[in-house]
Amino acid sequence: MPLYPDDLKYSEKHEWVRMMDSGSEAEVGITHHAQDSLGDVVFVELPAVGSEVSQFAKFGEVESVKAVSDLFSPVSGAVIAANQALVDSPELLNGDPYGQGWIIRVQLNDTDQLDNLMDAAEYQSLLE
Amino acid sequence: MPINGEASHPFIPNTASDRAVMLAAIGVDAFDELIADIPLAHRYPDLELPDSASELEVVAELRSMASSNAEPGVMPSFLGAGAYRHFIPSTVNALLQRGEFVTSYTPYQPEASQGSLQAGFEFQSAVCQLFDMEVANAGMYDGPTAFAEALLMAARITRRKRLLILNSIDDRLVQVATAYSQYQDVTIQTVSHREALDGAIDSSVACIAFQSPNFLGRIEDARAFSALAHHHGALSVMHTNPIANALFKPPGALGVDIATAEGQPLGVPLSFGGSYIGILASRKRHIRQLPGRIIGKTMDTRGRDGYTLTLQTREQHIRRERATSNICTSTQLIALMVGIYLATMGPRGIREAAELSYHKAHYMADAIDGLDGWRVARDATIGNSGAASVFFNEFPVECPLSPGEVNRRLLDQGIIGGLDISELIPRGMLLCTTEMNTRSEIDRLIQALSEINAVDAA
Amino acid sequence: MTDKVEPLSEISEMHDRSLLMDRSMPGRRAVQMPNPDVPLAELPDADMMREADDLRLPEVSQLEVIRYFTMLSRMNFSIDTNFYPLGSCTMKYNPKLNDSVASLPGFAQLHPLQPEDTVQGALNLMHALQHWLGEITGLSGVSLAPLAGAQGEYAGLLIARATMSERREEHRNVAIVPDSAHGTNPASAAMAGLEVETVKTDQSGNVDLADLRRVANERTCVFMLTIPSTLGLFEPNILEVQDIIHRAGGLVYADGANLNALLGLVKLADIGVDICHSNLHKTFSTPHGGGGPGSGPVMVTGELSDYLPEPIVTRGQEDSAYRLVRPCKSVGRINGFHGSFSILVRAYTYMRSLGGDGLRSISENAVINANYLQSKLRERFELAVDRYCMHETVLSGKRQASRGVKALNIAKRLLDYGIHAPTMYFPLIVSEALMVEPTETETKETLDRFIAVMAAIDDEIDEQLEMVLNAPHTLPNSRLDEALAARRPVLRWENSD
Repeated sequence: MPLYPDDLKYSEKHEWVRMMDSGSEAEVGITHHAQDSLGDVVFVELPAVGSEVSQFAKFGEVESVKAVSDLFSPVSGAVIAANQALVDSPELLNGDPYGQGWIIRVQLNDTDQLDNLMDAAEYQSLLE
Repeated sequence: MPINGEASHPFIPNTASDRAVMLAAIGVDAFDELIADIPLAHRYPDLELPDSASELEVVAELRSMASSNAEPGVMPSFLGAGAYRHFIPSTVNALLQRGEFVTSYTPYQPEASQGSLQAGFEFQSAVCQLFDMEVANAGMYDGPTAFAEALLMAARITRRKRLLILNSIDDRLVQVATAYSQYQDVTIQTVSHREALDGAIDSSVACIAFQSPNFLGRIEDARAFSALAHHHGALSVMHTNPIANALFKPPGALGVDIATAEGQPLGVPLSFGGSYIGILASRKRHIRQLPGRIIGKTMDTRGRDGYTLTLQTREQHIRRERATSNICTSTQLIALMVGIYLATMGPRGIREAAELSYHKAHYMADAIDGLDGWRVARDATIGNSGAASVFFNEFPVECPLSPGEVNRRLLDQGIIGGLDISELIPRGMLLCTTEMNTRSEIDRLIQALSEINAVDAA
Repeated sequence: MTDKVEPLSEISEMHDRSLLMDRSMPGRRAVQMPNPDVPLAELPDADMMREADDLRLPEVSQLEVIRYFTMLSRMNFSIDTNFYPLGSCTMKYNPKLNDSVASLPGFAQLHPLQPEDTVQGALNLMHALQHWLGEITGLSGVSLAPLAGAQGEYAGLLIARATMSERREEHRNVAIVPDSAHGTNPASAAMAGLEVETVKTDQSGNVDLADLRRVANERTCVFMLTIPSTLGLFEPNILEVQDIIHRAGGLVYADGANLNALLGLVKLADIGVDICHSNLHKTFSTPHGGGGPGSGPVMVTGELSDYLPEPIVTRGQEDSAYRLVRPCKSVGRINGFHGSFSILVRAYTYMRSLGGDGLRSISENAVINANYLQSKLRERFELAVDRYCMHETVLSGKRQASRGVKALNIAKRLLDYGIHAPTMYFPLIVSEALMVEPTETETKETLDRFIAVMAAIDDEIDEQLEMVLNAPHTLPNSRLDEALAARRPVLRWENSD
């Protein structure tokens, strides 16, 4: 898998979003770069299912051994799922950030918000 | 420069020639150049302090200072009220001579600190056993600060703001909790009656906090407080005497969510109030809200067991203004003392210490009941929390004259009496025994008390 | 607990790491308690009582207790066994005299609630220590109550808030904290209900005055400044800094973690400090004990002394008797009794041994030793700031990082040479930081060996990279998996049956 898959959109805060087949739901996680700078992730604080998240606002926390980082949602909407596998296996964020390491699924309020995000090429140039 | 001769001070090895060589290597002519950033006008202020003194002189001076104090043990003492004189086995002080423990730092480099870390893990394990709780941290400053942090912890866990405290508690605990929480978004409410508690609790309450044995030594109904708290989605916080836990049901068996204690009775000398250790234990699901150091077991790269500080993101050095507490240096060496104490006493030894304390206190209470003019206030309460009339190792008495005067007369006879609690109970005095009080000491006290009354009557 | 018997093949195997509960054997005991000498009282109802076999603590012999904890002690680095240049922590020799004085029964056996006339010696000691700390800092109001530096800090901030409250300026709710500050500063500020505003450090390692002017305003309650800073530097613009804060109506708080660099060289009150704390376990050489107990007295100007936490010790003018007193506007009680008395005794003994001249000599020699190290280490390591330091110097492992080795690896490799690691990755504003504090109690020969070891490790990066990356190699454990410890917390002995 490429470090920054082409089918995702990216935020400046190093989160990614993937549109799901329904067209109104999206999956959210952190990028390869984010997990790499954090180091070994040991804990993820997930939002409650049903809670609202707003674009670019904090929705949770991720901890490594000696750092804490806020998670910022790249989109607005209602949380329809949180990845409970991360509770027991936070290392999924390191090992598979775009797959098993997804964090939340969101019912989008406004798909136009995706235009505020970057594509893979833009995100990679931000990192350089 | 002072102490400027060729000979150095015992604690400062640099000789004048060492200094000269080093200053030359640094590339300065004089020491002053190194501190040029200190404003000239304020450099080298006069210090009105005594001159330096040799070890021989210092020991003589300090011995004289120490011996001017009246020493419990040499004199029978019946003071408790939060600090207790218990037996300390010789293993504790012998192992405390190990400089490897005493002069090490907080184990930030775990590979070079396995001794402190494994000892701390033993402490956490033993505390969990004694309190019947799932997790414990590696120690807080003292009992009252552990209690205060437990209240704040309950507020964080429940995201609620009202902290209810039964006022049968030691007022020092309330004072410290107040000082710790005054700028937090919480309110402390003390409740004096069981019925008032029923009226005060609702879904805005974070916890019901109480002490058992309470300030007057009596056992509170922890099960009922916990059930009431849980019914309203709140937590129960119990402050306890760790020695009592060996005899009475421990907090974990009573449904308590967070248990705190002054750890001093577990092998730590009285030392005029410090250094002590605060014990803080809770349910495992609350570990991320525990303040302070926590030691965890892990493995090294070769698959061998080892220990390290863990869950550090809760702490100030990482989370800074969002940390669970500002605590940094805590009480690792005292935790070691407690660990050695519990290892030495074992389940049987600590149970026997608790039983001896209990029996001696009851022997003393029965004897005081038989004295003219004296009364054991078995029914005395601060408010009415519904505590059982059962007491552990301390109890209030009503004196025939002011407790201050009683204590002065006892002191004339070489006895340190109880704590004056006349602010709580008219002419009240809180008396305590432990396994350290012999029957003959207690009999001496009883004799002295009977004379005090006789003198007064005459 | 193995049936297989083999000779020891390496140091780590000298240690049987099994926990006490795994060594426990029902029926063994390490102590015998006396038989009751009073008639037995009736025990309460069974449902209140703990069943005798419910308490599972280790059952071991006395020798096993001694051997077990002695073994543990041998797995520790300590000042008594190793050079310990841990920056900001002041790991200097802790004189044995102090421990033996603190254990005198006339101190160690005192109950905190004894009548005051039975503890005049203890109160006399506390009174003198208050006076001496006041003299050293120029801040004459002193409370010995705080049990560690962070508690002293919190007490100091409560005093700042109470001062503002009395001035009817409760709206002042901002603590300004430099970006180089120790984590307890913002954590204590948050506990005191203060918002934290960060002020930058400039290229020379000083407070950025322009930034300070920007953040100091009518909301400023207090400016928390570590003096010398966590970069080991004395703030050359200190008089201007305090002026900016005072003109804005705020108070200056000095974090005294590094007071050991200033004894007899400058008094904090003279450079505009209103409140400070001192970590007695750093500056006044009481032992660190593997992470406490400490003691963190708080000092304030005479003007603020009515706010001090209780108790303070006063002396009666008429009867000359010492008393424990609650100051009239006290911020309250922040711990159970009167402070870390056993630590206060040690600090008193230390100061008494050294006297005023000796204390000044401590700071001078600490500064010389640190600058000597800096002048030699700079040949191999980049300095965070290139100027004379006070009692400690901050290196950056940038050059080494570019060759594939992080500050962490250098720290771990030092352990193999029997030297404790410097403070790593702090202050946060220096990349690959290694903060080195030699203290005044080390000989020049020890410093020279440290310099040689640092050079040897620097060479190893080119010659034996893997060796450095996988360090330590000679300790009871190789690198520990801290991620595993945090992901799957095991925090107590668990029955493995």
